[in-house]
Amino acid sequence: MITPVICEGLGKVYQEKKKEIIAVQGINLEVDQGELFGLIGPDGAGKTTLFRMLTTLMIPTTGKALINDLNTVGDFRKIRQFIGYMPGRFSLYQDLTVKENLHFFATLFHTTIEANYEQIKDIYIQLEPFQNRRAGKLSGGMKQKLALCCTLVHQPSILFLDEPTTGVDPVSRKEFWQMLKKLKKDGMTIIVSTPYMDEASLCDRIALIQDGKILKIDSPSTVSNQFGRSLYAIESDHSFHLLHALRDIPMIDTCFSFGNAIHVTIKTGDQNSIEKVSIALEQQGISDVKISEITPGIEDVFMDLLQKQVA
Amino acid sequence: MNSTEPVIIAKDLTKKFGSFTAVDQISFEVQRGEIFGFLGANGAGKTTAMRMLSGLSIPTSGEATVAGYDVYHQQNQIKANIGYMSQKFSLYEDLTVRENIWFYGGIYGIPKKELKQKIDALLHELAMTEEANTFVRALPLGWRQKLAFSIAIIHQPGIVFLDEPTGGVDPITRRQFWEMIYNTAKSGITIFVTTHYMDEAEYCDRVSIMVDGRIEALDKPSILKKKYNASSMDDVFVQLARGAKRGNS
Repeated sequence: MITPVICEGLGKVYQEKKKEIIAVQGINLEVDQGELFGLIGPDGAGKTTLFRMLTTLMIPTTGKALINDLNTVGDFRKIRQFIGYMPGRFSLYQDLTVKENLHFFATLFHTTIEANYEQIKDIYIQLEPFQNRRAGKLSGGMKQKLALCCTLVHQPSILFLDEPTTGVDPVSRKEFWQMLKKLKKDGMTIIVSTPYMDEASLCDRIALIQDGKILKIDSPSTVSNQFGRSLYAIESDHSFHLLHALRDIPMIDTCFSFGNAIHVTIKTGDQNSIEKVSIALEQQGISDVKISEITPGIEDVFMDLLQKQVA
Repeated sequence: MNSTEPVIIAKDLTKKFGSFTAVDQISFEVQRGEIFGFLGANGAGKTTAMRMLSGLSIPTSGEATVAGYDVYHQQNQIKANIGYMSQKFSLYEDLTVRENIWFYGGIYGIPKKELKQKIDALLHELAMTEEANTFVRALPLGWRQKLAFSIAIIHQPGIVFLDEPTGGVDPITRRQFWEMIYNTAKSGITIFVTTHYMDEAEYCDRVSIMVDGRIEALDKPSILKKKYNASSMDDVFVQLARGAKRGNS
């Protein structure tokens, strides 16, 4: 079976005046047939540059990328026939209606909406009541659905989605991921990027990316398991007060706010240290805390890796 | 938080565009020094409501005062007494750090002599003294956000409106940003913030959740979670916003 995406030492350097800016460096990765692969990282990590190289829109400075064994530089015409790319910023024509946008993108690929209706049906049905509305007047969630339809209208076999859920509310985000799951079930290979760490767990495998480099590639559960030490959640009614108190306790290694709890790791070498933390907090007048050991999430691992990188 | 001093009072505040009611009789108060989370699905009416409260859009009906000024007749006073920052627009990338502060300080009418001192103090506080003459576009995103926030409150406004201030920011910087928010609130500046990160909703003193132009829920995160029998604010949000009729249009 052909591997849909292969990157070998892929890198991109931008020249700005006399300065070199390394956007992406030494990326090695493979995405398998029918896989839902997530690129997880904040703005400026290099996700979009990587997408542009994979979708043949940008020539790499170093290394190479193969899409279905075709080189993104030499074979770009062939590759463009069977990939779908949804760029990060809303890329539809705001002044065209829903239907006009879809028609336009179908025509670009010498096809029609009718010929591909089955492919887009599930999503397009939700848009049909508004087919004469201008794209610019749609809500955020609906815009994303239309953009996805336009990306699918020429029946691609590999999908590249650059931050499809950024700025979208939690309910629309969940719906969007449902659609991706459905596409995956139909055999589509999907590479999707997101800055939302909670979406990572919905992928088959993820690459954590920061400063143009991949920090880790694995399944979300394996990434979580690699945290490698105990993680505790400490809850109190006065979270910020608690956070400052924890920072003053020498045996605490890291402490970060996570919603209504603070996630804490303890410096190695002391078995009963979590009890000692509890005592130390009490000495500072904080006695209403609830402490429990928890399974690390992707965000915990990501922050851990970020800190190690700095150190 | 001084609970006897409301800085935003809205009563039946409504905005219609033709036959479409974008904001439908919302009523609430925000207290001085409070961190108030303003949540809602895309299209629920948050932006329209924020535009009315920041003096950019005249309501169709209802009443509201912001920092003591009326949203119908005192829009310019409102603008002078609030700060605003969004992820999309905040700083001029082609100006240096110092020039950006100088520009905004000037707009808010801070006297030159005072502004000069303020800039130095601010740069020191942000540990950005060495970057004073760096173009903003060359700064890491996280630094830009912190700078943008500091500039939004440079004129010591009574309230600062933050419109998705942390979108796309890395997880560590996002948390540092919330500490700045918290410290700012402690200094007495009221924070009015929107976000799509539901863990951040937990950091707010109170949150409101808008659905189809109305405020469907408003309380402390802990109370909302109890009321909706939810383990997180994400659950609360999904329960409420799933009932939306117009979110999908």
